[in-house]
Amino acid sequence: MAVTDVTPNGSGDGAPKVALLNNPEVRGWVFQIILAVLIVYLAFEGWTNMNANLRAAGIASGWGFLGTNAGFAISQSLIEYSQASSTYGRVYIVGLLNTLAVAFVGIILATIIGFIVGVARLSKNWMVSRLATVYVESLRNIPLLLQIFIWYFGVLRLLPQPREGFDFGPLGLLNNRGFFAPKPVWGEGAEFTLYAFIIACVIAWGVGRWARARQMATGQIFPSFLVGLGTIIFLPLIVFFVSGAPLSWDIPKMGGFRPSGGMTLIPEYIAMLIALSTYTASFIAEIVRAGILAVNRGQTEAANALGLRNGPTLRLVIIPQALRIIIPPLTSQYLNLTKNSSLAVAIAYPELTSVFAGTALNQTGQAVEIISLTMLTYLTISLVTSLFMNWYNNRVALVER
Amino acid sequence: MKKIMLTGALGAAALVFTGAAASAATLDDVKAKGFVQCGVSQGLPGFSNPDADGNWSGLDVDLCRAVAAAIFGDGEAVKFTPLSAKERFTALQSGEVDLLSRNTTWTMSRDTQLGLNFAGVNYYDGQGFMIRTSMDINSALELSGASICTNTGTTTELNVADYFRANNMDYELVAFEKADEVVAAYDAGRCDVYTTDASGLYAQRLKLTNPGEHKVLPEIISKEPLGPVVRQGDDQWFNIIKWVHIATINAEEHGVTMANVEEMKSSDNPEVKRMLGSEGNFGESIGLDADWAAKAIAAVGNYGEIFDRNVGPDTPLGISRGVNALWTKGGLMYGPPIR
Repeated sequence: MAVTDVTPNGSGDGAPKVALLNNPEVRGWVFQIILAVLIVYLAFEGWTNMNANLRAAGIASGWGFLGTNAGFAISQSLIEYSQASSTYGRVYIVGLLNTLAVAFVGIILATIIGFIVGVARLSKNWMVSRLATVYVESLRNIPLLLQIFIWYFGVLRLLPQPREGFDFGPLGLLNNRGFFAPKPVWGEGAEFTLYAFIIACVIAWGVGRWARARQMATGQIFPSFLVGLGTIIFLPLIVFFVSGAPLSWDIPKMGGFRPSGGMTLIPEYIAMLIALSTYTASFIAEIVRAGILAVNRGQTEAANALGLRNGPTLRLVIIPQALRIIIPPLTSQYLNLTKNSSLAVAIAYPELTSVFAGTALNQTGQAVEIISLTMLTYLTISLVTSLFMNWYNNRVALVER
Repeated sequence: MKKIMLTGALGAAALVFTGAAASAATLDDVKAKGFVQCGVSQGLPGFSNPDADGNWSGLDVDLCRAVAAAIFGDGEAVKFTPLSAKERFTALQSGEVDLLSRNTTWTMSRDTQLGLNFAGVNYYDGQGFMIRTSMDINSALELSGASICTNTGTTTELNVADYFRANNMDYELVAFEKADEVVAAYDAGRCDVYTTDASGLYAQRLKLTNPGEHKVLPEIISKEPLGPVVRQGDDQWFNIIKWVHIATINAEEHGVTMANVEEMKSSDNPEVKRMLGSEGNFGESIGLDADWAAKAIAAVGNYGEIFDRNVGPDTPLGISRGVNALWTKGGLMYGPPIR
């Protein structure tokens, strides 16, 4: 209380009167209002000026183009897309899904590789830790675009022409047009297997909860992981065979130019995925290493003193504490990976920047609309990723008792 | 490739923040800065290609030089901006370049919806297919199921779509941002077919590891009139580009060459005299000197000379005149009279 009283411009009763201009509270408000008005004015001016410029230049504007026919082909599409009848709106969705496909799988791979390399760098085995160091230092210091080119053209040069390609029989075909895998074709009654899988997941979750509660109460350990895994694997499998194994495989066969049938992983996707995940993993490895090193050595000693072996010590004591430090920078890496996926435009992987902010922009000429929609999309993806990671971060944060 | 996004975003930003009426009086701007800023390709032999010292040459480049010469009397008063297919229109719209001379196909939507004007045709092209001779394919109609490499953001992409749909054939399109990557991917065997304008096929074939192992299929599947593009709304600048190009065609028709342009000024032919400025002053009407055309021809020669020097039979491209011959020789090059 005494502290507030001595501040000269405080709002205390006995405070001397000051000129409005010198009142920090009023001044703070005035400056903020001026700034806000300035920003609104700039945005308004920019908007009207843009419209005037577009009119003066005779450039048609508006969102109508999203409903018109695109008429060009896209080499990878996760949803139904035909060049004959699909619209630019559909092109946007195809591009977005392709971006998400490479970003999502890339994030998972990068996390796995990153954790392995990060832990390996701390290994007491000289060879293992040196190899991990070489991995990190070489990959994170070479520009990503170069790595993408190396993977893409390297992969292309190494793989044989379709007619001389590797044929793994029922497992698929591999050549420089991509990896052609057998495609599962579900028959009648396949939905029961899916239901069984969902039920198994619920059971595994329930067993896990029960086991944890019991361990809390009695200290007895129940092998809930093995039981859960067993349920998830065997319950759907039993239902699958009981319902008459309603599954056949569409196995790709060599056609005139390239294999037909099955599912295709195009070389652009493979190159992009490898480049993005190995590059980002080198950063994640360092984050993981930093996180583990940040956990006090006393924690390990305490765990050892309690009789925990090295594995459980790492799993139950070190990692949970390290995660608190790892997750915020890890989020940044995930965002980087997602945004870096736009580099795919260089190697013809049809993601958002390439097909929408590229081909579609060029065909329609709607630069303002397309660029702003693209930017908004990346922003949304990034914010959603951040939101999820923040939620997870709160969950693993230190709970003070 | 961040550059591309940047240009796209810059173009959009330019539309937002630059003052209005940037399009008016391009000639005054050009005169004030002392050179023409010309948008060209990122390297297409015969059309616009830099040599080891960074000197640009080619059919499209010569048009830029002719314009610069008509304005300044100096074919070197020009700076080049290499643009990808995707960037080119945005660069022109936003005023980054004064003139786009970049093997660009004249289509109705580009002419009417983008705020642009096509100032003529300096090369009549058509889209073709290139394939390995070892594939043993002799017609584009045998290409069903093929993987096709091309440039993104071009009319070629749409022409292929139309052609394969019309002939009920299936294909896989692999579209790259830059021509160099298309060629590299085709060379590496990613695609069976490389498609672009026929002139481009001949030009890019020179970059392949073994040019002799590739052939161009006989089918030409589209009309590709390539020409210079300017911003809409500046008729004077539009006229300058249009008539400089026409002057090179008329010069060929009347036998005016880079070498004899000075003596032809005193020719007996009134048409030649009007063109070269020794009779009347047609330069005035487009804001230039009377001898605008003479200066342009002195710098780059007539259309025939430009063609032969850059893409003609004696160049590595070895393209014959074909439809690009003068109308008097059965081609399509026809210059309206200067009178």
